[in-house]
Amino acid sequence: MDGEELTEQETALYDRQIRVWGADAQRRLSKAHILVSGLKGTVAEFCKNVVLAGVGSLTLIDDRPVTEEALSANFLIAPDENNLSGKSIAELCCDSLKDFNPMVRVSVEKGDLSSFGGDFYDKFDVVVVSCCSQTAKKLINEKCRKLAKRVAFYAVDCRDSCGEIFVDLQNYTYSKEAIAVPWKSLPRRMSKLYYAMRVIERFEEAEGRNPGQTSIEDLPKVLKLRKEVCEAHSLNESSIPDLLLERLVTGTREFPPVCAIVGGILGQEVIKAISGKGDPVKNFFFFDAMEGKGTIEDISEPNNGS
Amino acid sequence: MDTIEVSNLNRQFLFRKSHVGQSKAKVARDAVLRFRPHISITPYHANVKDPDFKVDFFKQFNVVLNGLDNLDARRHVNRLCLAADVPLIESGTTGFLGQVTVHIKGKTECYECHPKPAPKTYPVCTITSTPSKFIHCIVWAKDLLFAKLFGDKNQDNDLNVRSSDATSSSEHAEDVFERKKGEGIELYGRRIYDHVFGYNIEVALSNEETWKNRNRPRPIYSRDVLPFEQIQQNGNVDKNLVADDPSSVSAMASLGLKSPQDIWSLKDNSRIFFESLKLFLVKREKEIGNLTFDKDDQLAVEFVTAAANIRASSFGIPLHSLFEAKGIAGNIVHAVATTNAIIAGLIVIEAIKVLQNDANSYRMTYCLEHPSKKMLLMPVDPFEPNKSCYVCSETPLLLEVNTHCSKLRDVVEKIVKAKLGMSCPLVMHGSALLYEVGDDLDEDMVANYAANLDKVLSGFPSPITGGTILTVEDLHQELLCNINIKHREEFDEEKEPDGMVLSGWTQSPVKEKNDNASINNGASASHAPSQAVSLEGKEGASASHAPSQAVSLEGKEDSEIEIVPVGTGSIIPGKKRKLLDISEDTVPDLSSITDETSSKNKLEEIDDDDDGDDDVVMLDDGCSDGIKKKRLR
Repeated sequence: MDGEELTEQETALYDRQIRVWGADAQRRLSKAHILVSGLKGTVAEFCKNVVLAGVGSLTLIDDRPVTEEALSANFLIAPDENNLSGKSIAELCCDSLKDFNPMVRVSVEKGDLSSFGGDFYDKFDVVVVSCCSQTAKKLINEKCRKLAKRVAFYAVDCRDSCGEIFVDLQNYTYSKEAIAVPWKSLPRRMSKLYYAMRVIERFEEAEGRNPGQTSIEDLPKVLKLRKEVCEAHSLNESSIPDLLLERLVTGTREFPPVCAIVGGILGQEVIKAISGKGDPVKNFFFFDAMEGKGTIEDISEPNNGS
Repeated sequence: MDTIEVSNLNRQFLFRKSHVGQSKAKVARDAVLRFRPHISITPYHANVKDPDFKVDFFKQFNVVLNGLDNLDARRHVNRLCLAADVPLIESGTTGFLGQVTVHIKGKTECYECHPKPAPKTYPVCTITSTPSKFIHCIVWAKDLLFAKLFGDKNQDNDLNVRSSDATSSSEHAEDVFERKKGEGIELYGRRIYDHVFGYNIEVALSNEETWKNRNRPRPIYSRDVLPFEQIQQNGNVDKNLVADDPSSVSAMASLGLKSPQDIWSLKDNSRIFFESLKLFLVKREKEIGNLTFDKDDQLAVEFVTAAANIRASSFGIPLHSLFEAKGIAGNIVHAVATTNAIIAGLIVIEAIKVLQNDANSYRMTYCLEHPSKKMLLMPVDPFEPNKSCYVCSETPLLLEVNTHCSKLRDVVEKIVKAKLGMSCPLVMHGSALLYEVGDDLDEDMVANYAANLDKVLSGFPSPITGGTILTVEDLHQELLCNINIKHREEFDEEKEPDGMVLSGWTQSPVKEKNDNASINNGASASHAPSQAVSLEGKEGASASHAPSQAVSLEGKEDSEIEIVPVGTGSIIPGKKRKLLDISEDTVPDLSSITDETSSKNKLEEIDDDDDGDDDVVMLDDGCSDGIKKKRLR
């Protein structure tokens, strides 16, 4: 606790949430710096949540130009023709987010996050990545881990009406290690979505695709890849249902209600990490709208201490 | 009909600071159109209970999504949706908890198939004589002291402790709280202070019986806490001179007490007591006699906090900060953006299923703070309608009442309006229309109804006695209810303060309720149990099934669970309680479902009390009573 009181303005605005997590937690939030890369619908929801919560600053990275797809699930971008031209997704979201809470500093950073050095990462307390390859995620996670200060790392992706969140608070298993855990050693009731996501990711990297750049035509190849991967892991193929893979391969656009749900869970996780209150998810969260469950899975090496 | 407030902005993200004071419906519409310009959105800045919103209005829609903040309105909409046969998606959140439920007439439970606990109330004696929790002190300060000093003087008020000599205390009441002509503010203040915190306590102490098993309170006199000169030095009135704006008048500001999070000493609480009293008298005298407590009235909150704290001090109850006290007194529901976003997403998912007629996929979903069986979001299959629900299954009820003593008015107020939630009721006995509410009634009818209200039940030309049936109806809600009458001579004053007992409704899976209720946190003391609407959830979550269903969810097939019918009029043997009663506990009890995490870092509980956490009801293990509900699938 640093002794600074919340201002009268903050007390009035944040009253209802201070009643949830207390004034100390609110103070900590106001000093937190968050970096976000990959602004699709889910991350847009997440950004809205942390801005409303009153974090210190939010930095956005997404140089992509606005497309119709971006508009379909990202409520931060108004489909106003004049506004769109020339601006990147990050820039448009930035303008919008500033509006939600003038007390939060929202800014844009250009470039490829995975190429930035440690000194860039050092400025942040929390890093959230989305829509990038597994390789990139691992790389960024590694950079966060290498820093002297504790930087929380989150990866989030939504496909079709499913969503996945990975959490690394450095008390838990490293991303690379988590992904490398042999599947056969995982509990039988492991969320199928975990395996399915890994297969799709692998497919995208093998084919040199951008995340989400798949279609129904890819399904046969994906199913074949599933067979290979399952064999390699000694896992029964039925652990990854055809239907699920089909949904993930064809449903390349995010589904807005799922963005809200996953973005909400992610928001809560980040707030927990910053405030130090509440048990964080360890270390994966899955949501499938068809099943309706929001499940936590602990995927870590049995030998590794937490 | 709500307007936007600053405290909404931490989560209601369609609104901005510049919108404070404007209509939520209208601003929300404009905000949404900005990112989806081609939707047709019609805002109504109105109360959903308004008669304009009849059944025909509801019939226009394919689905209704509720985001209401009080039980009364939810029940009302539930009935209209049933009448209109329109699917209803209900929801609520409080802090990190939330749920979404789907209600389809004839297919699933309606919102009222299981009684939602009405607002919490407390026995009069607890409030006036034997408080044991801080909330009792708040209720005392708000509904008794504040009401007495600043509210309607003609209201009955239980402020004075009944001493053995009843007459003397009631005369005394007339004198004490009335400011004498020419009486200085400070003297008046001290007189009030000494009376309620000193004299009244002494009177209470004189009754030995009361304190046999309780901690004795200690009387507090102003001269001991604040010697004479100290009050005079208080308060820099200049700071409040800007107060042409009464809302900026503040005792805290005046006394230099800056943080609402601080817990003040008895001395500072007393200073605030005197200063706020003074500011009311000096700056807001025109309002005195008409004031009701408003959580957004800073001065009122200060006064109530101070008074409650002094009383708490007297009774050895821990003091609370203004922030905490305000939350309790104002029934503030804590809320964050994330939970609301999650619930909103879940609502839309269900709504889409309804619109696509995907009937087999409907579900209820619960958002938990701590995972249960690894789940933070828990889906539950809907249940079939409760066959003994008086709202959707038109099951008759039983009313035990002394037909020679109770008047029609008592039945109308306490049962028809309060318990059954009918706002514009019709009361019939056979073909005789005994009472109705309406705008277009002619004088004769009105006079006739007024006369009827004053009759005892057995005093009607066709007497309403044991074995007869009263039919009550609300035309707006299109709800009809038959009430079987059973005569009973005696009722327990403490446990059955209404003097009548309504039963025959569904088995409510709550803990045994201890109803000595008479005063609730919000209604004035004289209105006792009936008008108990104010303690409800703003964004209330109520999950009546979640915990028990966690068990049945795990991969089991649709096991048919046998319905154990609840007979009309029967009270479950061994359980002493009234079925429609006010619940002891409106705080979520998730103890039965929280699991795994052995080290639960409970978030700081600002209010340890079961206070205004309103509609948040996670009723614990619903099936523990042996009453099972039939699953839909």
